[in-house]
Amino acid sequence: MSMTKPIATTRSATGIPTGKLAVWWVIGSEIVIFGGLLASYILHRIGHPEWAEYASHTNTWFGAANTFVLLTSSLFAVLAHHAAEHGDGKKAAKWLLGTCGGGLLFLCIKAVEWTGEIQHGYTITANGFWQFYYTAAGLHALHVIAGCIIMLIIANEARKNVELHRVELIGIYWHFVDIVWIFLFPLLYIAK
Amino acid sequence: MAEHQSHADDHGQAHYVKIWAVLLVLLILSVLGPIVAPHVAFGFLKAWMITLMTAFGIAVVKAYLVAANFMHLNVEKKYISYLLATMLTLMLLFFAGTAPDVMEHKGQNWENVAAKAEVDQALESQNEAKAHGGDHGEAHH
Repeated sequence: MSMTKPIATTRSATGIPTGKLAVWWVIGSEIVIFGGLLASYILHRIGHPEWAEYASHTNTWFGAANTFVLLTSSLFAVLAHHAAEHGDGKKAAKWLLGTCGGGLLFLCIKAVEWTGEIQHGYTITANGFWQFYYTAAGLHALHVIAGCIIMLIIANEARKNVELHRVELIGIYWHFVDIVWIFLFPLLYIAK
Repeated sequence: MAEHQSHADDHGQAHYVKIWAVLLVLLILSVLGPIVAPHVAFGFLKAWMITLMTAFGIAVVKAYLVAANFMHLNVEKKYISYLLATMLTLMLLFFAGTAPDVMEHKGQNWENVAAKAEVDQALESQNEAKAHGGDHGEAHH
């Protein structure tokens, strides 16, 4: 492992490059946002035995496919970081575009899945379970969209070998979005 | 020197691919969990316990693997891990504080009549639907 040496070392008051520390700050806040949402879901799921029947209508295969896509996109993101760390901006940009492609595929799968569910009457107003389902997965999808946009901007800079340290920063954010899905998957698709 | 660098690069990439492969195996196990659970349940070990273990136990392991290896928390300054753990603890404290009220619908000198009625009504209509051979089970799309 050669990850101990940060790419940008000029701005660092805490032993960690300031930009990276700011990303950790974002993630610290996100833990409370997503954690609070998921913990509320668990509370209500336990308090509402009838939700088990509602949850049985989510499709495990869509959830599993999206987990595979996000895990693979996370691999691409860390390979982009690896390339940036070795000063290869072009390669880093390519991996970032791959990561972004994963994000888009994730959203496409989600769109197909939601369309089917809505057509079957499982809308956000159907009951408490579907409210949590669309809110949690929707908030997560918004994070995927935001990540993709930021990633495209960073990839555009990285291919010119500019601001390569940012490749690691968007990677950390992306891995966090992946981790949120890792918990959403069993909560919404497996524990039925 | 250049050769050494290239070897280190390959090693780094191979490590990430290895972690990704482990994550995929864990994903398959978490999907298989609820399918296999009814067949391996015995005695006190109920099917739902196996499902919960394979679902959430594996989720924790997957999250750890991503955080340690992809986010590089294993080589990050220790205080970042403590900071993140603090946020998790904060959330768990709020969870523990509100759980007794939200998970139950009545307690000492209080009763959540609306929630209780909602549960009763929903369970009743689900039972009726089952009795009439209504839709239940896996999604139909």
